[in-house]
Amino acid sequence: MAGPGFKDATAVVGIGQTAFAKHLPEDERTLACRAVLAALDDAGIAPGEVDAVASYTMEETDEVELAKAVGFGDLTFFSKVGYGGGGSCATVAHLAAAIAAGQATVGVAWRSRKRGSGPRPWTNTAVQLPTPAQWTRPFGLLRPADEIAMLTRRYMHEYGVTRDHLFNVALACRNRANQNPAAVMYERPLTREMYMTSRWISEPLCLYDNCLETDGALACVIVGRERARDCARQPVYVHAAAQGLPAQHHGMVNYWNDDPLTGPAWTAARHLWKHADITPDDVDVAQIYDAFTALIPLSLEGYGFCARGEGGAFTEQGALETGGRLPVNTGGGGLSEAYVHGFNLINEGVKQLRGTSTAQVPGAATCLVTAGEGVPTSALLLRS
Amino acid sequence: MLIPVTDTAGAPFWEYADRGELRVQACGDCGVLRFPPRPCCPHCQSFASEWRPVSGRGRVWSFVVPHPPLLPDYAEQAPYNVVVVELAEDPGIRLVGNLVSGPGARLDSVDPARIRIGARVQAVFSGGLPQWVLA
Ligand SMILES: [Zn+2]
Repeated sequence: MAGPGFKDATAVVGIGQTAFAKHLPEDERTLACRAVLAALDDAGIAPGEVDAVASYTMEETDEVELAKAVGFGDLTFFSKVGYGGGGSCATVAHLAAAIAAGQATVGVAWRSRKRGSGPRPWTNTAVQLPTPAQWTRPFGLLRPADEIAMLTRRYMHEYGVTRDHLFNVALACRNRANQNPAAVMYERPLTREMYMTSRWISEPLCLYDNCLETDGALACVIVGRERARDCARQPVYVHAAAQGLPAQHHGMVNYWNDDPLTGPAWTAARHLWKHADITPDDVDVAQIYDAFTALIPLSLEGYGFCARGEGGAFTEQGALETGGRLPVNTGGGGLSEAYVHGFNLINEGVKQLRGTSTAQVPGAATCLVTAGEGVPTSALLLRS
Repeated sequence: MLIPVTDTAGAPFWEYADRGELRVQACGDCGVLRFPPRPCCPHCQSFASEWRPVSGRGRVWSFVVPHPPLLPDYAEQAPYNVVVVELAEDPGIRLVGNLVSGPGARLDSVDPARIRIGARVQAVFSGGLPQWVLA
């Protein structure tokens, strides 16, 4: 017998963000407070009403510090999700599940991040990760870019994905950032010439295949459907949500299962679509996690927008641009707006369904938001 | 250069590598090879395991060529290659390593333009680490 259910039971009613920049003078905790208070103000909800929070295990501002600084009420639900950018959508999913189940009433999710903060073992020889780093790092596979480049080379080899396909991804994100005054790359157009002649980071990935490094913070507020109707803003409903850790998955260095190119997106997608009233064909706009360009074609396959191996070809003919088959990352994404572990993709999804994006898809009523592919991941299907 | 920070399950791999032997963990009951090593078998849940010698023959499954910024010891050799090699005994068992001109050679001792997915390679050993040469 089904319970009250998760589908459309909760809604995002507030979003907030700080400025995004290569360097912001304030510390992460202060930025977190600003983003959270901005989101609550947007929702018209007092901080004292918040009784649930969710963030990332990599978040440096813990819930105790945040709660006592901004004046939250008694918290009855708090959750942290692992795997870096794979946890972004799961923060909202955990709050939605808690609220739908009656464990809380007003939830806040956030991410505050500064360049050089948190554990970055690839910058420091003294800090070593345990398993599986022993199998990769001594050989000079040091950074996330190196690890994903390995899968990208294999993906290009197996399916004929080209650098032009990856450029299509970088360009779509940059074009949207050029419309978004808050984006770090607002006034910085990208050309094919710039892309093809840029320096390598880890072949086959070049500079423009890699996300930005940004200081900034974002937050959003989730409440139950009934409460959402009374909020200041038009509710954006959490239609479906999923996490995904596939059987025999190995994280970012997923080189050891039968099919390394079907990553966590495939697992999350199966759950997401099973619980949704709509199909990929019904999605008006998508915010797809883009720490690296190659994650977008891989995710397009995983979430069922095209068949296996067709993610590269999908990007052709402006498919990812405004007016294309599936406009993506309409604020500029991690590649060109800001890299805040994917939280800006969540807020941009909300903006699209409110009709307030700087690159608005006319009449957008459904938006897929995804977290990091290539690590244990999560996804949200939002609707207006 | 970084040295492997091992754990209980992985330590035997490095002990064998230090003796110039390439061995892979196998289930002591159902016999299935598994990598990376772990405490029990995901197929039959047995905690019995053995370390099975393998030929060291394999093929390049994928490769990258990292460029700086990198840790200093690696930046000094960059651009260099990192390969993933699938073993002849079981293509599902893949090892990360470097394709070099000979045992102990620098990480940049093979021109990246010569590396192809599918190329046949052979394991060699230097300083307790497996390396790979074109076969
Ligand atoms: Zn077994």
